[in-house]
Amino acid sequence: MNPFMRGMTQPRTRRDIFKLAGASAAGLALAACGVQGQKAAPPKADAVADFWAKQQKHGKVVFANWPEYMPEDKGPLEKFKADTGISYEYKEVIQENAEFFGKADPVLRAGQPLGYDIVVMTNGVQLQHMIDLGYVVPLDHSKLPNFQANAGQKYKERAYDPGNKYTVPYTSGVTGIAYNTNYIKDDLTSIEALFDPKYKGRVGMMADAQEIGNFGMISLGIAPETSTEADWRKAGEKLKAQRDAGIVRKYYDQSYIDAVSKGDLWISMAWSGDVFQRQLAGEPVKFYVPEEGGTIWTDNMLIPKGAANPVDAIMLMDYLYQPAVAAELDEFIQYVTPVPAVQDLLREKAASATGEEKKTLEEMVASPLMFPSDEEYAKLHSYTPLTTQQEQVFNPIFQSITQA
Amino acid sequence: MRTRGRLGDRLLHAYTWLIIVWLSSPIAVMILFGFNDKKSKSNTTWQGFTLRWYTELFDISDLTVALRNTLVIALVSTVITVVIGTMLGIALGRHRFRGAGATNFLVFAAISTPELVMGASLLSLFVSGNVPRDANTIIIAHVLFSLSFVVVTVRARVVGLDPSLEEAARDLGATAWGTFRQVTLPSIMPGVLAGAMLSFALSIDDYVVTSFVNGSTVTFPLWIVGAVKTGIPPQVNVMGTLIFGVGVLIAIASAVASRRRA
Amino acid sequence: MKRLTPYLLVLPSWIWLAIFLVVPMAAMASVSLQTGNAIDGFAMTFSFSNYGDALSRYSTQLLRSLLYGGLATVAMMLIGYPVAYWIAFRGGRRKSMYLFLLLLPFFVSFVLRTISWNFLLADNGILFGTLKGWGLLPEGFHVLATTFAVVGGLTYNFLPFMILPIYVALERVDPRVVEAAQDLYATRGAAFRRVVLPLSLPGVFAGVLMTFVPATADPINAAILGGTSNTMIGNIIQTEYLTNLNYPTASALSFTLMAVLLVGIFVYARVLGTENVLEAAAR
Repeated sequence: MNPFMRGMTQPRTRRDIFKLAGASAAGLALAACGVQGQKAAPPKADAVADFWAKQQKHGKVVFANWPEYMPEDKGPLEKFKADTGISYEYKEVIQENAEFFGKADPVLRAGQPLGYDIVVMTNGVQLQHMIDLGYVVPLDHSKLPNFQANAGQKYKERAYDPGNKYTVPYTSGVTGIAYNTNYIKDDLTSIEALFDPKYKGRVGMMADAQEIGNFGMISLGIAPETSTEADWRKAGEKLKAQRDAGIVRKYYDQSYIDAVSKGDLWISMAWSGDVFQRQLAGEPVKFYVPEEGGTIWTDNMLIPKGAANPVDAIMLMDYLYQPAVAAELDEFIQYVTPVPAVQDLLREKAASATGEEKKTLEEMVASPLMFPSDEEYAKLHSYTPLTTQQEQVFNPIFQSITQA
Repeated sequence: MRTRGRLGDRLLHAYTWLIIVWLSSPIAVMILFGFNDKKSKSNTTWQGFTLRWYTELFDISDLTVALRNTLVIALVSTVITVVIGTMLGIALGRHRFRGAGATNFLVFAAISTPELVMGASLLSLFVSGNVPRDANTIIIAHVLFSLSFVVVTVRARVVGLDPSLEEAARDLGATAWGTFRQVTLPSIMPGVLAGAMLSFALSIDDYVVTSFVNGSTVTFPLWIVGAVKTGIPPQVNVMGTLIFGVGVLIAIASAVASRRRA
Repeated sequence: MKRLTPYLLVLPSWIWLAIFLVVPMAAMASVSLQTGNAIDGFAMTFSFSNYGDALSRYSTQLLRSLLYGGLATVAMMLIGYPVAYWIAFRGGRRKSMYLFLLLLPFFVSFVLRTISWNFLLADNGILFGTLKGWGLLPEGFHVLATTFAVVGGLTYNFLPFMILPIYVALERVDPRVVEAAQDLYATRGAAFRRVVLPLSLPGVFAGVLMTFVPATADPINAAILGGTSNTMIGNIIQTEYLTNLNYPTASALSFTLMAVLLVGIFVYARVLGTENVLEAAAR
């Protein structure tokens, strides 16, 4: 068997594993040999086929996800269990991509299993690192018929994982611009509003290097997917000027949405899902994808190296692409689903529903925040795919702005 | 002179309560939003009163488990920390011994290590020792970062205590343990209690270190941080309210009990 | 037996600290001297220049952290001392109740506290919105996203860690000593300066150790309450470690921070008038 593939499912040899009693020896060993590299060669197609041919269904699957990403009755998972006989363990153990990667890295580096068969991670540097380090099992697309049939086109062509070699989307959203309609009465359409001195001190930008870098580039008419170092520097200059002019109030994580809805911010880079929740709550926030373009992000399912039940895992991944199941998930999560057919299913459900539920369902079906139009999809860019070397240039350019 | 003294006391009394109210002010908002009849996932705008979240308190099973884990871990780690931290505090405050300087340095180092570095390096240690990460490793980590706080607090109490009382007890024939229990412990008790409270507070609210060494055990703070992504459900506020409420009840009970004893 | 007592007392903590602190720190020290990247691996090259590079890139944030940590510590001392004093001397039988009430808010997750503060302190929220409505504050006034908010947040979050040790030290002072001192000296102020304050210094020292050090290293308050130029060294360490996977720089920064803090505490002990810092720490 190809050694690369063997490393993926079984812990490596035990020679470097120490008992706690000899922990100081371990510390010194670590000190002496440094941190081993794990650069992954791209898997050969037949190696992938070989790997999957040897795997068997075990009748159980362990799914690691974010809190509040599955209805409390675990409906989709229960149906999966009834249909396939595969039992599941569902764990809400992921809080942050960065922390999750920080925790997974030493475990996978040591060749130990994480203990999960499916993990959900947002596209971004940490997911890129997972793939680059060979921590992700390549998918067997012959086992993903529902994905092939039902996933929207945009979810099959993603710059950071071409051809869905390692991941398939769980749910997604759009990065655009939100503004508070109590303070901004104009109908905004352009990305330039973020740079408008009129809103000095009332503009929110995101702290994440990719997010802010992408918007800097889009505002200069550069497509992030195909950008070069020179483009990043130009974007960096524009964003620095924006900062130095006092236009930006602060570089935010997700807390931007509270600030917009309370009026601390008048306008901000924003994620569609957050804004939709605020609109349902009746808060004065409006969202738009700038005419110059926005970005699409996805939370992705992947099988980590060393997973005990890869076959059961890929079956569950595919199962979630059945329109009825995807609809049930999306009705709960209220983000953008990768399965376009969900819109019609929820529309039908709204027609037969009554009262409060009907109202909410109608709002969901009608909202471009949950179901972007084709025209909007066309404006959406992917993230900049970066090699490790490029990352060491890209990150400092934007971090020196957001973390001055 | 005396009148001014009493006035000063009264002002200080009011001031102390003012500080307590200041520290608790965000709790009031938290309690309020536990009653919010919210219509969407976000629980940040007041939309009417309801008791629904109290009746559905334990409907989110993972959250319930997380709360239970947190309470158990906080209790166990506090007990361990207080016992070994008090011992070390007494040793450093009372005795001269080889390695006292190095020990002081370690106590300092444990406080000054950034949480992230402590969490990450502990995880490497556990991984290289092939130790599975679970509630036990969380407890190990919590003891590690709260230990110094107990040591420093106890030491501040021990230093300057009059050793003649202990000597007298021993002269009267008390055993070493008897002297400790009857003389030393009561005189350092305020320091031990304060250290215990600090240790409990540090453990129950820790996020960063726990997030590295937890394996797949989830604690209350971890679950909440993860839930920020889609919106924190009001049950979290209710649980926070209950923790706070139980705390207030304990405080009142202790005040009443001390009055009875008086 | 008597000579063995201190060693028996320190043994459990020594074991704990040796396995779970010294070993990981040794590993971290080694990482701080390596070069490479996370994908191709890191190799030990004894690059002491990692320290110089990290320091020259992030000296602004490091100095800023020391400034904020110092300001917050002074604020905590001024705010906390009177509280500790009152509880210790006038708290009567309810002393522990007061202490408990001071700590209780910190039993609830920092996420909930933060969300609440953002609600209370919003530019046009229930506090400032009302004051602006009455014309008492200018329209553009805001607290969130300012240096004041960061230092205020640090002060708020670490205050109990200042109050408790001061209380612990003051509580053992016999109130009769204070009264005698007041009879002896002309003013209450003089009595306080000459008798109570010196007796409370071990508590103040402990309080400073327990607040200045973690407040300076704290990443949370700057991230949540700060504006565009309030980044602290704790935030940089997080980004270097978790986002950039630059483990050597993150480790070098952590050690630099610890060294600077140690020097800070040393200087402070000198100012307090103690000859030896380790002895001061023991006092």
